[in-house]
Amino acid sequence: MNPSELTVRTRGLTKRYGAKLALDGVDLSVPRGTVHGLLGPNGAGKTTTVRILATLTRSDAGEASVAGYDVRTQPRQVRSSIGLVGQQTAIDDKLSARQNLTTFGRLFRLDRASARRRADELLEIFGLQESSGRSPKTFSGGMRRRLDLAASMILAPAVLFLDEPTTGLDPAGRREVWQAVRELAAQGTTVLMTTHYLDEADQLCDRISVIDHGRNFIEDTPAGLKRRIGDERLEVAVADPDALSGVADLVAGVTGLEVTVDREAGRTSVAVPDGVAALTAVASRIQAEQIEISDIGLRRPTLDEAFLHLTSEATR
Amino acid sequence: MSTTGRTPTPTEGGTLAAAPVPGTEKDSLGSRLTWALRDCWTIVEQELTHLARQPSTFAWQLGMPVVMVLMFVYVFGSAMDVTGQGAGEGYVDYAMPGMFAMTMAFGFMNTAFAVTLNKEKGFMDRYRSMPMAPSAVVTGRGVSDIIQAAVDLATIAGIALIVGWRAGGSLVETLAAFGLLLWLRLALIFVGIYLGLLIKNSEVAGSLFAVAFPLGFISSVFAPPEMMPGWLGAVAAWNPISSTANAIRELFATPGAGLGEPSYWIDGQALLGAVVWPALIMAIFVPLAVRQFQNLSR
Repeated sequence: MNPSELTVRTRGLTKRYGAKLALDGVDLSVPRGTVHGLLGPNGAGKTTTVRILATLTRSDAGEASVAGYDVRTQPRQVRSSIGLVGQQTAIDDKLSARQNLTTFGRLFRLDRASARRRADELLEIFGLQESSGRSPKTFSGGMRRRLDLAASMILAPAVLFLDEPTTGLDPAGRREVWQAVRELAAQGTTVLMTTHYLDEADQLCDRISVIDHGRNFIEDTPAGLKRRIGDERLEVAVADPDALSGVADLVAGVTGLEVTVDREAGRTSVAVPDGVAALTAVASRIQAEQIEISDIGLRRPTLDEAFLHLTSEATR
Repeated sequence: MSTTGRTPTPTEGGTLAAAPVPGTEKDSLGSRLTWALRDCWTIVEQELTHLARQPSTFAWQLGMPVVMVLMFVYVFGSAMDVTGQGAGEGYVDYAMPGMFAMTMAFGFMNTAFAVTLNKEKGFMDRYRSMPMAPSAVVTGRGVSDIIQAAVDLATIAGIALIVGWRAGGSLVETLAAFGLLLWLRLALIFVGIYLGLLIKNSEVAGSLFAVAFPLGFISSVFAPPEMMPGWLGAVAAWNPISSTANAIRELFATPGAGLGEPSYWIDGQALLGAVVWPALIMAIFVPLAVRQFQNLSR
């Protein structure tokens, strides 16, 4: 791809904190208008990457550009082109929601009238106009995050950085934030977000960079990543240990796949390419044959399992 | 997200997104300076809006000095003989200027706490990722703290007048006294900013009190150093707060301010000390605060 179409680009980004190598050569290429995820466990280097790109931290080596500006030599231009939603919600509880946005608008150097107009627009875009006079202290987690997002969108920046935007939110709050991010992305904002939730990356991102120990070692689409991680597993558990081998035979017969049996847990497990179809078929056979089971369900590999798998794949 | 009604695009509102942020391009130093001042004032406005929206915060901050005034005047005051004319005599006049100085001195904790909280709550990061003047983050803090300090002083002076304190000097001397108090506060703002940037979280900032308390009391605020054991008296006399307290006692023409021969050289140089100490503090802590602020980018 033509580098000029890349809104975020890093090459060999390196950062050391004392003896700890936080970033060990991160290469990112994020095309304009896409949502890019940095997926990895805590301490992988996700936040450090975002902090360097948002001009908060200086890298030790490597290059990084945002919206065509070099983060080291043109930090002020970069700051005019980005929005940052950090891990903490940078919202002033002692001001109203609207006053929060007008204050940030003033700090983005809008005149008073423009700051007020922009605040009202953003309150509407993020569905907060009815709560505009209230203190954010009374808001739900999802509303606070939306206000936080609104504050970062004052200048309609080309690039939006989201650092773990849904950490600490309840499921409803997560969905609210996801919806807001989707709408911003649909309107052309390039989004670079960090997360340690596989499902969040799956929901929002066009492409995902898996990052661990300061290196991004895999970049793929969510679908591609899931393929690499492996299929869903269909698990059937029984209360009576004697019934286990019968269940294992049944599952093997229905799916035609190799079934692993965990005798201690009283559970059979099989990797299935089409989880829902396999679940339906197995469940109806179990019902028809009136076998007593204690649990049946589909399980995705956990992120830990996926990481183990991906890192071993990458080092192979 | 609302699903009803019009959903404007983020770029709606015309040229907002395309227009460069003023004061961030290759502008002249003058223009950048002007914008730095305006950014600073925006932060000050935000702080003042806090006061307007939540006057109770202000009341809580003043609670401590008010309680101290009442305690020292009515509880301990009657037992104190600082003028040599008997217990309780002239103690209000002696203690009130000390109280003013101590309120200014303890203000550094407010600054430190606010800076740490800003850092902790992600404001510092957001501000620093914005095209505003980075300096405004701390200069705004400083200016609003000085404004707050002036309001604090006026309130405590009001309470002091109620309990019987009077400024005996001329108007110019009285204004000079309040000027020296704010001068001390200004110097300590930089101490507060430095500590606030240094300290990891607001819980630690809250415990600064354990350090501030002895630093405030081992001074001439509530008792003349001459009445303390020798070594402690020397420490108290050389405490910058003592110089300010003694200087304003002179300016307020407090009866018995001299209390005989000063035992310590600095006691005779109160005005000089009240000017030089804060300048010295700033000479040390302004560079420290600047360096600590720059260290945020490490």
